Amino acid sequence: MPLRGLRAISVSALLLAAATRPAFATLGEQEASIENDRVRLQGARTSVAAGNGFAVHEMVTASGATVREYVAQATGRVFAVAWQGSWQPDFRQVFGSYFQQYVQGAQAAHGNRARRGPVVIEQSGLVVEMGGQPRAFYGRAYVPQLMPQNMDTGTIR
Amino acid sequence: MTGGLLRRTALTVCAFSSWLLITACNGGSTPVSPTPPQAIAPAGPNVIPITVNLGPLGVADNIAYTSVTICVPGTTTCQTIDGIQLDTGSSGLRILSSALSLPLPSETDASGHPIVECLQFVASYSWGSVRIADAQLSGEQAHGIPVQVIGDPQFPAVPDSCSSTGPSADTVETFGANGLLGVGVFRQDCGSACSVAGGANTNMYFTCPNTPCQTIAVSLAQQVVNPVWMFSSDNNGVIVELPPVATTGQATASGSLVFGIGTQSNNALGTATALTTDLDGLFPTVYNGRSYSGSIFDTGSDALYFLDSRTAGLALCPDANYYYCPATPQNQTATVQGLNGKAGAVSFQVASADTLFANSVLSAFSNLAGPNPGQFDWGLPFFYGRNVFVGIESQSTPAGFGPFWAF
Repeated sequence: MPLRGLRAISVSALLLAAATRPAFATLGEQEASIENDRVRLQGARTSVAAGNGFAVHEMVTASGATVREYVAQATGRVFAVAWQGSWQPDFRQVFGSYFQQYVQGAQAAHGNRARRGPVVIEQSGLVVEMGGQPRAFYGRAYVPQLMPQNMDTGTIR
Repeated sequence: MTGGLLRRTALTVCAFSSWLLITACNGGSTPVSPTPPQAIAPAGPNVIPITVNLGPLGVADNIAYTSVTICVPGTTTCQTIDGIQLDTGSSGLRILSSALSLPLPSETDASGHPIVECLQFVASYSWGSVRIADAQLSGEQAHGIPVQVIGDPQFPAVPDSCSSTGPSADTVETFGANGLLGVGVFRQDCGSACSVAGGANTNMYFTCPNTPCQTIAVSLAQQVVNPVWMFSSDNNGVIVELPPVATTGQATASGSLVFGIGTQSNNALGTATALTTDLDGLFPTVYNGRSYSGSIFDTGSDALYFLDSRTAGLALCPDANYYYCPATPQNQTATVQGLNGKAGAVSFQVASADTLFANSVLSAFSNLAGPNPGQFDWGLPFFYGRNVFVGIESQSTPAGFGPFWAF
């Protein structure tokens, strides 16, 4: 399945940084923690690309999900994560310290009717959007306060 | 797009009180013959009734329920369980343990340890043992199939790799049904990703000789299976047949789930156009001139979930950001496309969820919608007022091999 939303980032705007070591991190954490997280997610491969004020680290997790993490160049912190695949990635690892906030937001999003469908969690410090069905999941999460200035959230795919 | 035709057809369907319709087209441009009136199959050996109602909790919206009879394998010790949600978005039969009174045998691995499953949904998971049962759906039978018993008290310890999906849906209160009848386009719930030792770790099948439970590879034959595929006949797909629903909502909507495609006099394809999907069951939807990949048809989603407030021009509900609440009902159109080049134009309405839900006795809504940024999830409202065929992967039908959708 082709990766969704790649066209949102102009390919010409990406500088492939093949020399950078394999890297992966958790939402809100420093880029320096990335290799440890890659191991815990049993990531099979990674690639790195650079946008305007941020870098994108991509990997395929052991569950087969493609995960992209967005690192702000100014702070070195992961401000966004996007995923897509037949199965979901480990959200404890992907969300890190935001995991409990995600769980509480997801509980609220199911409403009092046990609603099933896409979930949008929109809080001041965390935005999560996710959807799909078994064998085809997708989603993204970002921390608005950590994003590079003037960055369009539509870029996060 | 065929705007003129759409408007005329929409007005026709308006007279039937539904705002959601499909006009099948070739290549998205040439209209085929006018859509004949919808015919919902009466009771029969390959038909089970489905009903949208408030469900076992008394609060459900747009969930189609049915009942299934399951038996201890090879015996006449059986139980009929109602309040089972019809789900074209997954494959496999699942029962909440609190609704089950039968002593079903466990499915075991090569070492004799019971197999336990974690089924991950969008932002929840259901954990429970895999057990063997005979399933009877009207005159159709699936013998000795693996089913999931959700919330099985024998396996209370949920591994972290399962609960990482988010909140649990292991009780009737959190699941919203007594079980799930998954009759999607796939034969098994997982497929080859779970059957290859050392393959992708889908965090789906486990054994628990010790705590925590460990993931294992499970053969296709041991995976929780789409029961339709296990029937001796009428096993190539299903038809979801639900009537139109008034724009103001209805207390109930009753229709049929028909087994087989082109195998009996009551399941002919007729004028329906088949749209094939990719191997993940996905297809594109074109909206306002832009194509969005990764679309799904899903009776298990309670609304038409598409795009976002800004792109769709629809206000979110002030008290629930998962539904749209436009000040007045808005009419919209989109085109769904098969990978085989066939397409269908969809005309639908979005009304305010707050207005629809104001009357708590109503459960069926043809114009309930919500956001799904960058994506289209055609939930149960899509199915009102038309017969929708679900072609199972690799199964032969008069429309070719699945996976496909037809209407």
